[in-house]
Amino acid sequence: MSVLIYTEIAKGKVKKSSLEAVNYGNRIAAQLNTTATAVIVGDADMSDLGKAGAKKILKLNNPKLSDLNGQYLTAAIEQAATAENANIIIFSFDFTGKEVAPRLAAKLKAGIVAGAVDNPVIAGDSFSVKKNVFSGKAIATYLIHSAKKIISLLPNSFPVELTGTNTPEIVNFTVNLDAVNSPIKVKEVKKVTGDLNLPDAELVVSAGRGLKGPENWTMIESLAKELGAATACSRPVSDMNWRDHHEHVGQTGIAIRPNLYIAIGISGAIQHLAGVNGSKTIVVINTDKEAPFFKSADYGIVGDAFEIVPKLIEAVKRFKANRN
Amino acid sequence: MKILVCISNVPDTTTKISFTNNDTTFNTAGVQFVINPYDEWYALVRALELKEAQGGSVTIIHVGGLDSEATIRKGLAIGADDAVRIDVEPSDSFAVAEQLAAYAKDKNFDLIIAGKETISYNGAMVGAMLAELISLPFVSMATKIEIINNVATIEHDIDGGIEVVECPLPLVLSANKGMAEARIPNMRGIMAARSKPLQVVPAVTADKLTSITGYTLAKGRTDCKFIDAAHPEQLIELLHTEAKVI
Ligand SMILES: Cc1cc2nc3c(=O)[nH]c(=O)nc-3n(C[C@H](O)[C@H](O)[C@H](O)COP(=O)(O)OP(=O)(O)OC[C@H]3O[C@@H](n4cnc5c(N)ncnc54)[C@H](O)[C@@H]3O)c2cc1C
Ligand SMILES: Nc1ncnc2c1ncn2[C@@H]1O[C@H](COP(=O)(O)O)[C@@H](O)[C@H]1O
Repeated sequence: MSVLIYTEIAKGKVKKSSLEAVNYGNRIAAQLNTTATAVIVGDADMSDLGKAGAKKILKLNNPKLSDLNGQYLTAAIEQAATAENANIIIFSFDFTGKEVAPRLAAKLKAGIVAGAVDNPVIAGDSFSVKKNVFSGKAIATYLIHSAKKIISLLPNSFPVELTGTNTPEIVNFTVNLDAVNSPIKVKEVKKVTGDLNLPDAELVVSAGRGLKGPENWTMIESLAKELGAATACSRPVSDMNWRDHHEHVGQTGIAIRPNLYIAIGISGAIQHLAGVNGSKTIVVINTDKEAPFFKSADYGIVGDAFEIVPKLIEAVKRFKANRN
Repeated sequence: MKILVCISNVPDTTTKISFTNNDTTFNTAGVQFVINPYDEWYALVRALELKEAQGGSVTIIHVGGLDSEATIRKGLAIGADDAVRIDVEPSDSFAVAEQLAAYAKDKNFDLIIAGKETISYNGAMVGAMLAELISLPFVSMATKIEIINNVATIEHDIDGGIEVVECPLPLVLSANKGMAEARIPNMRGIMAARSKPLQVVPAVTADKLTSITGYTLAKGRTDCKFIDAAHPEQLIELLHTEAKVI
């Protein structure tokens, strides 16, 4: 029996959220005196998977898997789990994880916790796993009763550790998908985000209606660029098409939990906080000292974004220059 | 075209959350419940638009107790033709999916739409599970859907972008922001909703694979450290030395 972890490649590299999942699966494997097996579709440098703790890597082979179609992936991962005799399967709670993990759970009748934020507490055959509920307002502890268990890990819940010295065994695993036929045909893929994928980003610079118009985002983008951060926005900003809707964070957008979230000209409505209150450090810049966001901030600056942001950009440049 | 929309009943977004019974039970006292925003604004409204354009019917379905009938009536007021309530308090997303599957499996719906996730338990699972249980294709986090000659063209969010897919009906979809604009029920809709059919269906025996054993409230931030607006560079210093995030 091993712990199986679904991992994925993006832009030629194993995704950071996948490495987090391997670390997570490996910690569970250690507690159960077994080892971690990563499954992956495609080719890339796999050495980080070993450093993250994978003892074995199954490269899933079948031409039908090239689009990461959920129906095919579900069947493929099921076959890998059977071959590895794995009762515990780990995903990242990312787009594929949200599509495939529940589908596989229903197929295997595996109890699933989606969006886990902590290591499971293992007692006999049951796992206790914590996850955020009520859009980040509370944390619930779920008990998984079933023998088969699936956990998807909320990205950025743990820092990636690449300290292992494993050279994993890489196995070509041929999947038989003759009996599975998905009628879904991919017509087109449109890449939208810049260099940094918002859900994975460790640093995020976000701005709201206080910026007055889309033309004022140049300084937000410069600050983000200097910091190596991704950009995000509040809902009205994406509703008015000042920014792409992929940047919309909050209850009805995406939930993120970066190490640093800088909110500029955002009032801090409860629905906005729902998407960002898991961030480790929150900075708020707002002209109104009564803005509710300050109550949820670690650091605040009361002042005009149009004066403060340019100064911050200079300060980051100096900070970086001093470190070199 | 026969469309089924899955509706969940959730605390209004501004609700202050609290727990009872030694922090094992969500305290519903004084809580205002609403249709989950993804189900209402995107799934239901897009379903109605498709029906208005091409004919057919929109049925809403909810798994839950008698308390949720007010929420179901609101869905009827927005424009659904009829409603089904499966009479059981579900224990988790899989339990919901099993009930929905038992109902939907032999009803020949052309399109089944769920929300991306509930804003209460944030599972993001029911749509995919239902698709698996009734052996239908599933497209997650759709932001657009058009249907021509029984073939759906769907845009949906994927890692770092948008994928456009084509799929013949029937299929299951989870709805994300972008599918439609919210509609506010008018007086006529509210009046009509009172007499629209709401069928109560007994639950099937479902598996209980997980349960919640306790809750804690998320730690709030206690005090914000203010930095002089004249010296924003101090912020960068603190982020480095104190917060250690840069
Ligand atoms: C069901 C529901 C779901 C929702 N989901 C979301 C969601 O997912 N995400 C989301 O963001 N919102 C969501 N909302 C909307 C939310 O309630 C707020 O309306 C929204 O977050 C406000 O956006 P904002 O802070 O950008 O704008 P505003 O509330 O208008 O705030 C602008 C802020 O900018 C400040 N400001 C003005 N000028 C300057 C300046 N020169 N420098 C610095 N600061 C300045 C102002 O003091 C103010 O605090 C939802 C609402 C509902 C009802
Ligand atoms: N009790 C329920 N009854 C009907 N549909 C539900 C119920 N709970 C969840 N759903 C549907 O499934 C979606 C995703 O829920 P979840 O996977 O639990 O986050 C929701 O947006 C609804 O469309």
